Amino acid sequence: MTTTSASLPAARERTRARGRAEPFLWGLVGVVVLAIALQVVPALGIVNPQFFPPLDRVVVAFAGELATPAFWSALLATLYGWLLGLAIATVAGVVLGVLIAGIPIVAELLNSTIEFLRPIPSVALVPLVVLLFGISMQATLVLVVYASLWQVLIQVMYGVRAVDVVATETARSYHVASWRQVTRVIWPSILPYVFVGIRLAATVALVLEITGELVIGSPGLGKQISLAQTSGAVDTMYALIWVSALLGVVVSIGSRAAERRTMFWHPSIRGEV
Amino acid sequence: MRRRTRPLRLRIVFAVAVPIAIVAAWQIVATARPSLYWPSPLMIVQSFGRTWLDGMIVQDVLPSLGRFVVGYLIAVVVGVVLGLLIGSFRRLRYAAEPVIDIFRAVPPPVIVPVVMLFVGIGDDMKIIVIAIGSVWPVLLNTVEGVRGIDEVQRSTADSYRVSPWRRYVRIALPAATPQILVGARQSLSIALIMMVISEMFAATNGIGFNIVQFQRLFALPEMWGGIVILGVIGVVANVLFTFAERRVAAWHFGMQESR
Repeated sequence: MTTTSASLPAARERTRARGRAEPFLWGLVGVVVLAIALQVVPALGIVNPQFFPPLDRVVVAFAGELATPAFWSALLATLYGWLLGLAIATVAGVVLGVLIAGIPIVAELLNSTIEFLRPIPSVALVPLVVLLFGISMQATLVLVVYASLWQVLIQVMYGVRAVDVVATETARSYHVASWRQVTRVIWPSILPYVFVGIRLAATVALVLEITGELVIGSPGLGKQISLAQTSGAVDTMYALIWVSALLGVVVSIGSRAAERRTMFWHPSIRGEV
Repeated sequence: MRRRTRPLRLRIVFAVAVPIAIVAAWQIVATARPSLYWPSPLMIVQSFGRTWLDGMIVQDVLPSLGRFVVGYLIAVVVGVVLGLLIGSFRRLRYAAEPVIDIFRAVPPPVIVPVVMLFVGIGDDMKIIVIAIGSVWPVLLNTVEGVRGIDEVQRSTADSYRVSPWRRYVRIALPAATPQILVGARQSLSIALIMMVISEMFAATNGIGFNIVQFQRLFALPEMWGGIVILGVIGVVANVLFTFAERRVAAWHFGMQESR
């Protein structure tokens, strides 16, 4: 995206650079204003600093956390659960999506079931998974997989429906084996949908991972947050909340970048200059 | 993959076949091999009448729904108003975008302990938590919708010196409506999740509270009943939303279909 060919006139190059710089500079202003507000508002007593400590105290608490092994093992547990859940949901979503949407009669039969199951709030399953798996990583993993599976599945099903009819009919008239039809015709054309699904699922999976830890008490950042809350370590609680937000930002930027990297050949990405 | 339209009767059969098969299979397996954790659908239905439909509907289900609706509506109104403002000023939008991105990345359930510090565990806590958790999709989509307003519309309004108020209500809001609806739909499911989570944390009534209570008492058919209720609420909320959407933006869907 950043590569601009040398033949472009220098003037255009400059306006382009300014066009990119302006959002960045104002964005910086926004973040700085936010940081100042987070510091000044509690310091002046506009909100109770006991409930909402000023930024400097949160930063100190954050630095303190960095030195504790508990923080690092919680962070690792969260990342591990997130990645494992996302991987399972992706594989299951792709396989199920291709099977369901690829066979029209199955799609018709399962449509109502999918439409009914999808709006069920994932957290409704919390008591069930606690009964089945106890306060463990698996309990949270089930929640993560359940919630993020839908994201991948729905996208893949859209993708399969959008496969070029000429391509599939051609493959069929040449008697291409159905396995090869899947790998050579369907797979390349649903790939962008798969990536959108993974990107959406990545965010959902992280939210559910931390939610599960918070509500169920399985190891991870969410559990640390609830520990900090019950022990009255308000500074630490806010520091951990910011860490989880930062993790979310990294995941969403990272998955977008990964999509661009791997999908550079696809028209939907190439068009986006 | 041509779409064949089948007669209505056959389509209904197709729609109910799999759900009926699943419930039937569940019933058979549960009677053949009774398990504490997976009570049969019949047991769930029987317990339903004793608990959820008897008293609990007034004491627990309605308060939950009330908090859900109020919190969600606050989120939509706040999201649209703020979104119209932020979306209308380019520099404000540039400044606000990263800030919104940071706040949006906070996993919504994490705000429950924070709000609890401020306002305790009453109804207001739940409403605030639902509103904060579900405001982001509406806000972001409103900003995007306003940004995408037709340039000609904007400069026409400029040259006719349309007052700022009319500009928001008559130009920005309708133009952004399709995008706002996309956000509002995403917010709906988050609001429902937040309703459940806020009640699981700390509450004295509500659906989420009771599901956890039943689980602790090992009253599993009753717990399953609660899960079913949440599922039904999710489905009904989605259907109602689709209705409302068709109402609010009938012109938009008309345009899409005629395309």
